[in-house]
Amino acid sequence: MPRFTPDPTFYPSPRDAAAAPVEKLAYVAAFARPADKPDALAVLDVDETSASYGEVVGWTELPNLGDEVHHFGWNACSSALCPTAAHPHVERRYLVVPGIRSSRIYVIDTRDDPTSPRVVKVLEADELGKRAGYSRPHTVHCGPEGIYVSALGGHGEEGPGGVAILDHTTFEVRGPWEADRGDQYLAYDLWWHIGHDVAVTSEWGTPSMIENGVVPELLLANKYGHRLHFWDLRKRRNIQTVDLGAQHQMALELRPAHDPRKQYGFVGVVVSTEDLSASVWLWTREGSEFAVRKVIEIPAEPADAADLPPALQPFGAVPPLVTDIDLSVDDRFLYVSAWGTGELLQYDVTDPEHPRKTGSVRLGGVVRRTPHPAVPELALSGGPQMVEVSRDGARVYVSNSLYGAWDDQFYPDGVGAWVAKLDVDPRTGGLTPDERFFPHDTDFRGRRVHQIRLQGGDASSDSYCFP
Amino acid sequence: MTTGTTLALAGLGAFHGLNPAMGWLLAVAIGLQERSRWAMARSLAPIGAGHFVSIAAVAVAVTVGASAWTTRVVAVAGGAALLGMGMWRLLSKRHFTWVGMRLSAWQLAAWSFLMASVHGAGLMLVPVLASGGRNGPAGHLGHTMASEPGTAAKEPGGRTTGLGEAAVHGLLAAGVHTVAMLAVGAVIAFVVYQFVGLTILRTAWINLDLIWAVVLLAAGLLTLVGVLV
Repeated sequence: MPRFTPDPTFYPSPRDAAAAPVEKLAYVAAFARPADKPDALAVLDVDETSASYGEVVGWTELPNLGDEVHHFGWNACSSALCPTAAHPHVERRYLVVPGIRSSRIYVIDTRDDPTSPRVVKVLEADELGKRAGYSRPHTVHCGPEGIYVSALGGHGEEGPGGVAILDHTTFEVRGPWEADRGDQYLAYDLWWHIGHDVAVTSEWGTPSMIENGVVPELLLANKYGHRLHFWDLRKRRNIQTVDLGAQHQMALELRPAHDPRKQYGFVGVVVSTEDLSASVWLWTREGSEFAVRKVIEIPAEPADAADLPPALQPFGAVPPLVTDIDLSVDDRFLYVSAWGTGELLQYDVTDPEHPRKTGSVRLGGVVRRTPHPAVPELALSGGPQMVEVSRDGARVYVSNSLYGAWDDQFYPDGVGAWVAKLDVDPRTGGLTPDERFFPHDTDFRGRRVHQIRLQGGDASSDSYCFP
Repeated sequence: MTTGTTLALAGLGAFHGLNPAMGWLLAVAIGLQERSRWAMARSLAPIGAGHFVSIAAVAVAVTVGASAWTTRVVAVAGGAALLGMGMWRLLSKRHFTWVGMRLSAWQLAAWSFLMASVHGAGLMLVPVLASGGRNGPAGHLGHTMASEPGTAAKEPGGRTTGLGEAAVHGLLAAGVHTVAMLAVGAVIAFVVYQFVGLTILRTAWINLDLIWAVVLLAAGLLTLVGVLV
């Protein structure tokens, strides 16, 4: 049955969402790198007043092996209040969790017992493949036409990767989203300017380019994705493609402004093959076209070859590897994770053209292995990777695994598993690790941890039709 | 049109005007996006036009149908349609989907037309325009008009005039409905835009679709009972 009043976690505007109550639970994708046991959805207690604060309080194992659960999302969110396709009486209760390796998609119900979510539906790889023509589902967004799932590969083929549409209520795969993809072939992330009928997609690589680790020959030949595609969200047509330059390899996470009046956003680039730097780029609307320019550059850090994994020894440096970025709901702070050097950076992007660095926290890193203040004697592997920001902008959560095969290359002696929480002063900026919050290693039962979603929504899950 | 009919038509229009999904919320969104009360006000015209066309199609079909055949036939058909639409609205899990927020005037009108049609908005005029039951043509229809649509059809050679008048009558009914809908929608849009803010949606946007489905079913039943029992 539908609800009688709108789901209380839907907010008309980003400003309303920023005033949302503090989240109490967080859901974390936990995957078994050797597929010897099932992946799981871990539930973290993030309620500071709770006795089990910072602990894994729920654990739902999936019914298969080898899924490699990755980015997941809600069945419904604040975009349900959008006036042209309003459906505000559906519930935000299901997490749609794709397995990037198995191409299965799980629908997990969190309503009846939020700490013990239940798998209620499994879409097999064939359903996604036969109906939409895609495989390796990657990112999930609730939106006007249903649930949008970006996918990296084709069905039984390398590509093109693209976006599949799932039905809001039955979760059946309706088909591919694109009506005209132009020359788009590589896929990664998808998001939109919902108030302007514009979608944006980015590029990583096809399954063979990523599944066994980064392929050095392809990287040095600049074969990974380096373009952004802008689309007419309504007509599903590719309207513009912008090349960042071939050396800017792997344009990944897209973070458009939450304010529906605005038409700008940020994209993180993992590595430049010229100098191993990483960068963040800004897209803006200039008349009828989009322009994209670099606004942040993070240099590589020189290192002794002896401290480096074989993949990096020829370079004598650690690339920052910006693998995720996240924009606070009020569009004020941009968080940038440098997974290689082990740093989370915070920038004030009130003026998006001129980001101002306002905070930094070091955790892990290929060479530094900076420990967490909660356990100062433990050298950390991995680095801040997936970033999630609470709706009020006061708390930032990071997990440390990038992607199974890539973890093994950059952290060959084991990436471990940890989640950290950083406190932010939303007025002045600055980042402080919370010493009470550091679930790690055995807490995650031998799994690695990837994306975090906050109960009720977070900075990267909802889009708003009202300013 | 009697006062009762006019009030009933206006009341239904006001109910649609109240529903955020029928137009005022989109008008507010446009106003906020453009930072302009004028843009908001301007968008109400095509929204009203689309709503009018959807309502008028049903209203004219009812009045002309009642004129050409009998009110009884129209009431039975209308009642059945109401029941069908009510069941569909109650059971369907699909929601109306129109992707896009940047709408031209034509697209706004088309959106509003589809929204009202999918909603079964016009059908609710059936009981108002085609009541009368076993006594034949609606007695209270067109008392103020020169000839009642129902009787006009039976006059020799008067069929064309009767049908024309019936059509005008249907358009008039749709007009009354739409004016009421727009008036209520415009007031709410203005108050929300200017004073209240959209946060109110979080609590005040009750599931009018659910209520509407029940109302459609009830109206269908009453219409059929009125005619057949």
